[in-house]
Amino acid sequence: MTDGVAAPPSIVPAPKPAPNAPFEYLLRLGDDRLVLGQRLAEWCGHGPILEEDIALSNVALDLLGQATMFLRRAGELEGQGRDEDALAYFREAIEFRNCLLVELPKGDFAFTIARQFLFDVYAVVTLDALSRSAGAELAAIAAKALKEAKYHVRHSGEWMLKLGDGTEESHRRAQRALDELWRHTAELFAPDAVDREMLARGEGVDLEALKPQWEAIVRDVVTRATLSLPHDVPRLANARGGRAGAHTEALGHLLAEMQIVARSHPGAKW
Amino acid sequence: MASTIINQDALAEQAASLLGDNQWPVWEVFTQSEQGAPHEHAGSLHATDAEQALQNARDVYARRGGVISLWVVPAGAITASSPGDNGPFFDPGADKAYRHPQFYKVPRGVRGV
Repeated sequence: MTDGVAAPPSIVPAPKPAPNAPFEYLLRLGDDRLVLGQRLAEWCGHGPILEEDIALSNVALDLLGQATMFLRRAGELEGQGRDEDALAYFREAIEFRNCLLVELPKGDFAFTIARQFLFDVYAVVTLDALSRSAGAELAAIAAKALKEAKYHVRHSGEWMLKLGDGTEESHRRAQRALDELWRHTAELFAPDAVDREMLARGEGVDLEALKPQWEAIVRDVVTRATLSLPHDVPRLANARGGRAGAHTEALGHLLAEMQIVARSHPGAKW
Repeated sequence: MASTIINQDALAEQAASLLGDNQWPVWEVFTQSEQGAPHEHAGSLHATDAEQALQNARDVYARRGGVISLWVVPAGAITASSPGDNGPFFDPGADKAYRHPQFYKVPRGVRGV
């Protein structure tokens, strides 16, 4: 620089700043629940019977409450002044960190139930482990959510048995749903850099160790429901999914509906 | 009295035909609000079996709190008095004061009376 000539711009891209792992981790937990809650809420007023309509809406509201807690904590960890509403309503699809499983369109009742069941078991095994996290706030939120998740899996598990071991049509639909959903379950247990850092800190869970626990519960219910577990679809080592912001088209439509009121009337209060 | 009974049967038949046979069985739900308190009738719902009836009862009648125990009973298992029985069953005998235990004081410390 002493000769007054500016240094040429480097052709090596600046290294990406290390992601804020705790923030990313809490976003994943929150976004899974926010998106699934929104999907479930689509059944409100359209349930197969009144009681089930209420049950699904209750689960949706539980998930929304959990999302609120996780996203609020995510905002604190980010430290940029974003609260749970800012995170829910003012991010674009590529900024969402939910797994693909939860954003798929609701499908028929069997699809909704099978997706819910697969997620509920995932929620129970991960929240149970997270309730012993070294992160005190995270552990407390997980313990609270775990109580609800245990009820959710009782509800969706019971329905799996009824649909699988029900009529010929309900069996066919439940099996079709499982077959369609199965390939999206690999993402749930594929740890990346964020997962590994959180595990090393003692705050995150060991996804690979939890997978057999998840699969044992799923297998037990699926077998008793006289359904068959689909074959695992190998996941590419470099696959990018919802955790990296690579979503399906379905998420954009869901967010458009979920976010429009908050975006049209920023700061509006009831 | 007879006409009342016949009308009830006719009404029940009419209701059944309106509902068709695609309705799940009806269960009656009883909730208890605290230890030692009686289970009280909260309402009814549809469910295919006892587990589902419990789950639905939880969602419909217990989710907003204040419930520590639930009973569900198939509605058909309940034998009810009929309106025609009102006279002979429930006439309180108000003229027989000795039938009413209002001459006793409930000791302090006794709850749930």
